[in-house]
Amino acid sequence: MSENLDDMYREIILDHYKAPRGKKPLEEKDITSDGHNPSCGDELKMELKVDKKNNIADVHVNCKGCAISVASGSMLAEYIKGKSLKEVKLISEEIKKMLKGEESKITEDIGDLDSLKGVRQFPVRIKCALLAWMTLIEGVNKFENGTKPDSFTVSTEDDK
Amino acid sequence: MSTETTKKDFLFDVQKIKSDFPILQRKINGHRLVYLDSGASTQKPIEVIDAHTDYFKKINSNIHRGLHTLAEDATNAYEKTRSHIAKFIGGTKTSEIIFTAGTTESINLVAYTWGETNIAEGDEIVITDMEHHANLVPWVMLAKRKNAIIKRIPITDEGRLDLSDIQNIITEKTKLVSLTHMSNVLGTVNPIKEIVQIAHQKGAVVLADGAQSVPHMPVDVVDLDVDFYAFSAHKMLGPTGVGVLYGKEDILDKMPPFNMGGEMISEVSFERITWAELPHKFEAGTPNIAGVVTFDTALTYLENIGMENIHAYETKLTAYAIKKLIQIDGLKIQGPYNTINRGGAVSFTDKNLHPHDISTFLDSKGIAIRAGHHCAQTLMKRMRTIATARASLYIYNDEADIDALHDELFAMRRYFGHE
Ligand SMILES: Cc1ncc(COP(=O)(O)O)c(C=O)c1O
Repeated sequence: MSENLDDMYREIILDHYKAPRGKKPLEEKDITSDGHNPSCGDELKMELKVDKKNNIADVHVNCKGCAISVASGSMLAEYIKGKSLKEVKLISEEIKKMLKGEESKITEDIGDLDSLKGVRQFPVRIKCALLAWMTLIEGVNKFENGTKPDSFTVSTEDDK
Repeated sequence: MSTETTKKDFLFDVQKIKSDFPILQRKINGHRLVYLDSGASTQKPIEVIDAHTDYFKKINSNIHRGLHTLAEDATNAYEKTRSHIAKFIGGTKTSEIIFTAGTTESINLVAYTWGETNIAEGDEIVITDMEHHANLVPWVMLAKRKNAIIKRIPITDEGRLDLSDIQNIITEKTKLVSLTHMSNVLGTVNPIKEIVQIAHQKGAVVLADGAQSVPHMPVDVVDLDVDFYAFSAHKMLGPTGVGVLYGKEDILDKMPPFNMGGEMISEVSFERITWAELPHKFEAGTPNIAGVVTFDTALTYLENIGMENIHAYETKLTAYAIKKLIQIDGLKIQGPYNTINRGGAVSFTDKNLHPHDISTFLDSKGIAIRAGHHCAQTLMKRMRTIATARASLYIYNDEADIDALHDELFAMRRYFGHE
């Protein structure tokens, strides 16, 4: 493991962990998706409101888990608001690649999300950072396939 | 060290013991290694490490075959460990000691041989709410194959077995009671002898999972009167990949073999195969000879300190750990606070922090603990938590290690903004 704890628990990460964004449950939602990380027991609930142009109008993330999964969920909530479903899926895939140390095509400034890179030095914690993104992908996919909300569950074990 | 004085005063030269474990010299992330994960696997003293090397330097060979000097030496060394174990756990017959790959394999051996032939539809298998998956999954799967019923002895909020309804849980339909001697999560030591008496009255067989007990206290399986007892060498200074299954001779005799192959047969023709005598019937193929031979040295190391002394010392250290940990705001011990019938596995949760963050933080300070569900997901559910952090103690730990844990947990809460 890395010598430097602060590489993973960067200030930005701790800031999101201490005050997660998207805390407020949505009154109206088009997508709900639940994520679960069996090895740590982390649980994440996500609600999304999608507008007529297929953009994310509002986000709610509720994560019961470690600092990394909470911070990652909070950053997601902040980042995806206003983005189109297509953009959201694209960035999720790129974040997955970034976390797994694969080459990612991210060129634009992704702001706070960049700080998730530090997690790469702690291989056992990558799953924690992935949870929110996998829950998002699952939710959007189901939405696009016309599945009704309230029935999506994803497990980080599904992506080996 | 004289056993007389150690018995009286619990004199325990921990500094000397620490110096016997080379790995404790290692720096982790720039800090002294504070190893508090012996419940998962213990460190090894230099004697054990040397014994392993010596085996390969001097006597390496296959056992029970070949008539040359090395084969004879290797066989003798291997069988010496068997006799040693028989003595170590209360004076059993050597035919009752079977070498396996570990506790998990020992329990699976019983499930697939005794279980397959003795459990039928409608029979009851009794386990408890504090079992490691190793003593849960094999029985749940056996019950599924046989349409048998799994019953559980519940636990109290303190983390002890609740025996108030035991006469209704263990019944005439119960064929097997399989329970842990000491919980790897709660530290609770269970009243095996009392449960064995109840089970035997109802005609049931008892298996005790000794993975966490044999390393830490004197265990006499003859006195406990258990029918099966399982444990692992790697949790008691020995090598990985070696385990023991003790079984009463008359029961082992009636069981079919587990693995089929060399060394477990007496005569083989295509018409007729007869099994070897106990314990070889259950030891097909080439076993972990180097590991078994090395295990002997680990047993001697423990005996030189004395299991009574180890138990007394760890009880004192556990009490100290509990006292220190409850001083930290937001921390809760998951398991008994009272050290009577309680070992040195000390689980705790933090009301704000996930065990994985606790573990990562402590690791950065050189402190190794375990975080997660500890292969006991059903117990986690009962405790209404998803995971715990666990510090587990052994003979090379001292108050300074506990102080380090305490101080860093304190610093951790500040780091994550929970003062
Ligand atoms: C109570 C208990 N039972 C069984 C086991 C399994 O032991 P092994 O992995 O050595 O087979 C363990 C080890 O974690 C344990 O603590």
